[in-house]
Amino acid sequence: MILIIAEHANGALNKSAYELVTAARGLNREGGVTALVLGSGVAPVAAAAALVVDQVLVADAPELAQYDAEIWSAAVAQIATEGEAEVVMIAGSRSGREYSPRVAVKLDAPLLEDVISLKDEGGVLHAEHYTYLTRVTERVEAQGAVIVATVKPGAFAAAVAGRAAAEQFDVDLELPQRRLVITGSTKEKTGRIALTEADIVVAGGRGVGSAEGFTQLVEGLADPLGAAIGATRAVVDAGWRPYAEQVGQTGKTVQPKAYIAVGISGAVQHLSGMNKSKCVVAINKDADAPIFKIVDYGIVGDVKEIVPAVIQELHK
Amino acid sequence: MRILTLIRQVLDAEESVRVRNGAVELEGSKLVMDTMDEYGVEEALRLRERGSEAEIIAVAVGPTRAEEALRTALAMGADRGIHVVTEVVLDVIALSAVVAQIAKTEQAELIFCGGQQADWDSQALGAATAERLQWPQATWTNALELKGTMLVGRHEADEGSESFEVALPVVVTTQQGLNEPRYPTLPNIMKSKKKEIRKETLDGFGVAPKVKVSGVEIQVKERLKKILDGKDAAAAAAQLVKMLREEAGVIG
Repeated sequence: MILIIAEHANGALNKSAYELVTAARGLNREGGVTALVLGSGVAPVAAAAALVVDQVLVADAPELAQYDAEIWSAAVAQIATEGEAEVVMIAGSRSGREYSPRVAVKLDAPLLEDVISLKDEGGVLHAEHYTYLTRVTERVEAQGAVIVATVKPGAFAAAVAGRAAAEQFDVDLELPQRRLVITGSTKEKTGRIALTEADIVVAGGRGVGSAEGFTQLVEGLADPLGAAIGATRAVVDAGWRPYAEQVGQTGKTVQPKAYIAVGISGAVQHLSGMNKSKCVVAINKDADAPIFKIVDYGIVGDVKEIVPAVIQELHK
Repeated sequence: MRILTLIRQVLDAEESVRVRNGAVELEGSKLVMDTMDEYGVEEALRLRERGSEAEIIAVAVGPTRAEEALRTALAMGADRGIHVVTEVVLDVIALSAVVAQIAKTEQAELIFCGGQQADWDSQALGAATAERLQWPQATWTNALELKGTMLVGRHEADEGSESFEVALPVVVTTQQGLNEPRYPTLPNIMKSKKKEIRKETLDGFGVAPKVKVSGVEIQVKERLKKILDGKDAAAAAAQLVKMLREEAGVIG
């Protein structure tokens, strides 16, 4: 049996859950695909999961209302053990990559992190993942009674719902006490599409000059395109934009259909967060900037002149 | 209190990556202590400078050359080093077993680990180590303060950031924004040469890799590189939008 952990937010399954199903179905394992849904008040989520997998296990409890690495890993390890899961697949989200190592240690299992491909060859799992700040593709293999893998968001196509609803089972879990106490949280509400889900990302770097320049140029260009906003580390460090918008090694990884870099020179740490984008566009005054080595389309020029001209052109 | 800071020696981010004989070639390239690990060393030093009594131990598992990265940590101000010398390429779950055993032997109460290491792009070492020690973890931390035996801080979660409180012992993974790591001063570099680095072998730890690396390659996506001169802003903008609409088909 392959166990996938179906992530959800705001009462809906995340895209990553559908991608996990595709990745799981690509493996030659008997026993089908089982989804585990963890949370509080998750009946709608479980129902959605039932349309894409063969069996749904539901742990619906108040103490699961808020994610915690220790609680999540205990729950997943217990279900994997009881169900004799051969492969446990977890979304490569920030939380998924945070609790999956604990699951692997509990199960004494190999961990494959952030895989972009997964194949089963005679019981041995072959995977690919990126290394060296997303510059190198590494092939790895693991075998064992159970293997834990996190799957890179966007690497697999989303499974399409449509089969008859699978059976759902409630499960009882022995959960540990929460030790990391969350005392407050801030969520950025931008009214824009999420950075990691957007088809188009417009990102700004120090070349936009100031926080006002960022608003005017980057937001100004994103608006007519319906794009999400991205920022470089330098811009976030300067306090011009929130961390939630940072793209790169220590921020988010994106691979939109189009990534439009405004005033971004292209430090390797930034490129590691966007170099798999399908189409890269850059506007920058420095023709020698590293970003121009990886662009499909670019303009060498002053962003303060070029970007308003592009915005005007889009409104035509 | 004893604080462990985990150190990894990685390729300098400014260096280009080369592949030879199915592996990344590091010979002849500049290798440095991972910038992520600098935040951990710096934070340990700051905890001490703010009044917590602490011995700071830098720990590295890796080939002989990894000692250079440990020396950097000592030059920043760590008190001593532990170097498990091995050419074996351990996966992260196996590596966590080594780190956890050292933490037990040293009776550490706080471990700093980089949020993501710049060579294997793994985010798992902190969490796997915490699990082996049965400790809680705070990952992607960007603010930290020690109040008695409670760590109070802020970290990045799936959506937005969270404030947290957790009692020692704990594993903390670092990221940018936590602090501005100091540069080693010349007197401290001189002093660091005399600091102890205890050498250990991997044999005593009883670990074996669970994941095998079967090869690497650099997949470079072919890019069109159609770059326009922006001297005439309006003309360049018009041509760019036309190409994005008609050729690339990425905008409506």
